[in-house]
Amino acid sequence: MKKIEAIIKPFKLNDVKTALNEIGIQGMTVTEVKGFGRQKGHTEIYRGSEYTVDFLPKIKIESVLPDNLAAQAVQAIIKAAKTGKIGDGKVFVSTIDDAYRIRTEEHGDSAV
Amino acid sequence: MNSIRHFAKSVRLLLLPTIACVLFGLVATSAHAGAIAPSVEERLAKLEAASQSATPAINTGDNAWLLASCALVLMMTAPGLILFYGGLVCSKNVLSTMMHSLVLMGLVSMLWMLFGYSMAFAPGNAFVGNPLTYFLLKGVGGEPNADYSATVPQESFMLFQMMFAIITPALISGAVAERIRFKAYVLFTLLWVTVVYFPLCHMAWGKGGYFNWALGGKIPVLDFAGGTVVHISSGVSALVCAIVLGRRSGYPQEPMMPHNVVLSLIGAGLLWVGWFGFNGGSALGAGTLATSAFAATHFSAAAAALSWAATEWLHKGRPSVLGAASGMVAGLATVTPASGFVSVPSAFCIGLAAGVVCYFAVTKLKARFGYDDSLDVFGVHGIGSMTGMLMLGFLASAAVNPAIASTFHANGVAVSLAGGTAQFFNQAIAVVFTSVFAGGASFILLKLVDAVVGLRVHVEDEDAGLDLTQHGERAYTE
Repeated sequence: MKKIEAIIKPFKLNDVKTALNEIGIQGMTVTEVKGFGRQKGHTEIYRGSEYTVDFLPKIKIESVLPDNLAAQAVQAIIKAAKTGKIGDGKVFVSTIDDAYRIRTEEHGDSAV
Repeated sequence: MNSIRHFAKSVRLLLLPTIACVLFGLVATSAHAGAIAPSVEERLAKLEAASQSATPAINTGDNAWLLASCALVLMMTAPGLILFYGGLVCSKNVLSTMMHSLVLMGLVSMLWMLFGYSMAFAPGNAFVGNPLTYFLLKGVGGEPNADYSATVPQESFMLFQMMFAIITPALISGAVAERIRFKAYVLFTLLWVTVVYFPLCHMAWGKGGYFNWALGGKIPVLDFAGGTVVHISSGVSALVCAIVLGRRSGYPQEPMMPHNVVLSLIGAGLLWVGWFGFNGGSALGAGTLATSAFAATHFSAAAAALSWAATEWLHKGRPSVLGAASGMVAGLATVTPASGFVSVPSAFCIGLAAGVVCYFAVTKLKARFGYDDSLDVFGVHGIGSMTGMLMLGFLASAAVNPAIASTFHANGVAVSLAGGTAQFFNQAIAVVFTSVFAGGASFILLKLVDAVVGLRVHVEDEDAGLDLTQHGERAYTE
C-alpha cells in the first residue's frame, strides 16, 4: 500500500482529480497549503509599502492506494499538473503499513 | 426559592435603570418646557415680528435636503469609515477598529446633546460658545436659527452638525489602530471633541468665531465643509497620536498588510457617496450653492483617484486598486474646504494635486520620518486638506459664490475674499493655527490619558489582537 502526496498549482486541481478518477481512483484528501521551493515568493505593495510574500498558495492532494495503482497514479498526476513552468510542484510516494475503514472495520487493500 | 430570587434580581436590573432614565427624561423635558413655553405677550411680540420681517418660513425643500444630508454624513461613519478602516487592519484587529468609529456615534451624540452643540454654536466669545445656552438642547427645536440657516428648523441644523462631530474623532482612530487600549481611546476622544473640536467648530462656523468670514470673525477664512475643523484637526492630531503612542510592535519589519481590501473598497465607495451630504449639505439649503458644492466634490474625487493611481503606476510600476480608492478619499478630503467656493475645473485641479501630494505623503514622508500612522490619517486627511485650504486661497471664485465678494467687512469696508495672495495668507494662518492648536492639545491630552489609564495595551495583548483582548470577540470564527 502506498501513499501519494502531490503538491500542485491550485488551478490544476480539477484536471488532476479528473485524471485520477479516470484510472479508477475513488478517494482523495485535498488541503490548501502554503510553501515555497525554487519558485520563491513575490512582492505586494499596499499604499507604497512593499511586502515580500514568501509562501505561495498550493494544493496538497493525498491518496492511499494499492501498490498496483500507485505508479499509474503518479504518472496521471504528473501529466495533468504539468505546465512546464517553475512552481508546478512535487509528488511524494511512501509506503503505508495498513489502513482501516472505520464503518466496517475491514482493513488492508479493501479499506482504501 | 432560588428562581424567585433570580427573577427579583433580573427585575431590579431591568427596572432601576429604566426608572432612572425616565426620571432624567422628565427633568430634562421640564427644563425644556420651562424654557420654551412663552408668555402670551412674548407670543404676540413674536407674531408681530414675524409678520413684519421678510424672514422666510421653513422651506421644506431645504429641510428635506439637510435631513437627507445628515443621514448621508452618518453613513460616512457607519458603515463607510467602519469598512474602510476595518479592511485595512489585520484580521485580529477588525472589530476593535470598527468599534472605534461605532462607539463615537454614541459618545459624541451624548456630548452634543449635553453641551457640545452649545459650545460650538451658542453665542460666546471668538473661540467657544457658552456651554449652558443650549444645554440639553434647550430651545433647539422647530424654530430656525436665522444666523446659521433661516429656512430650516434649528434642530435640523443641530443634527447635521452633530454628524460632523462624530466622524472627526473617528478619523483619528486610524492612527491609533491595532495598539490603543479601549479605555484610553474612549477617554481621549471624549476629551478631544470637548477641548479641540467644539472650539474649532465655533471659531470657523459659530457666530462671531475668530475665523468666521460670514458672521463677524476677525480673520476671514474660507472653509466650506470642514477643511480645518474636520480634516486638518483630525489629521494633525492623528500624527501626534501616532508619535506619542509609538509604532505597532513589529512595525515596519513584520508584514502588516490590509486583511481585506474589498471591505475597504466598499467603505471608500460609501464615503464618496456620503460626501455629497457632507459638502452638498453644508450649503444648509437645497439651492444652487448645494449643487455647486456637490459638483466640486465629485470632480475632485474623480481627479484624485486618477492622479493617485497614475502616480503609483509611474512610481511603482502598477496602479493598485487600494491606491485608486485612497486617491478618492484624498480628493474628497482635499476639496472639503473648497467646495462651494470653486468652479468645477478648479475642483478637478484640486483633486489632481490631492492624488499626487497625498501619495507621496503616505509613501515618502511617512517612511522618511518613521512614524506609524497605521491607516494614513495624516497623509490623506491632514496633508490633503492643508493642500485644499491653501489652493482655495487662490482659486476661490466670486462667480461661484457671490457672497464672498462683499460679506466680510474690515473697518467698515467690504473686502473681497476671492482668490489672491491676501486670501492665501488668511487661509495659511488658519492652517497653521489649527495644526498647532489641535496638535498641541492632543499631545497634552494623550499624556494626561496615559498617566490616568495607560495608552497602549501590553505587547502580549497586541500580539493576540485587540478584538480578543479588548472586546472578547473575534471577527472571523471558523
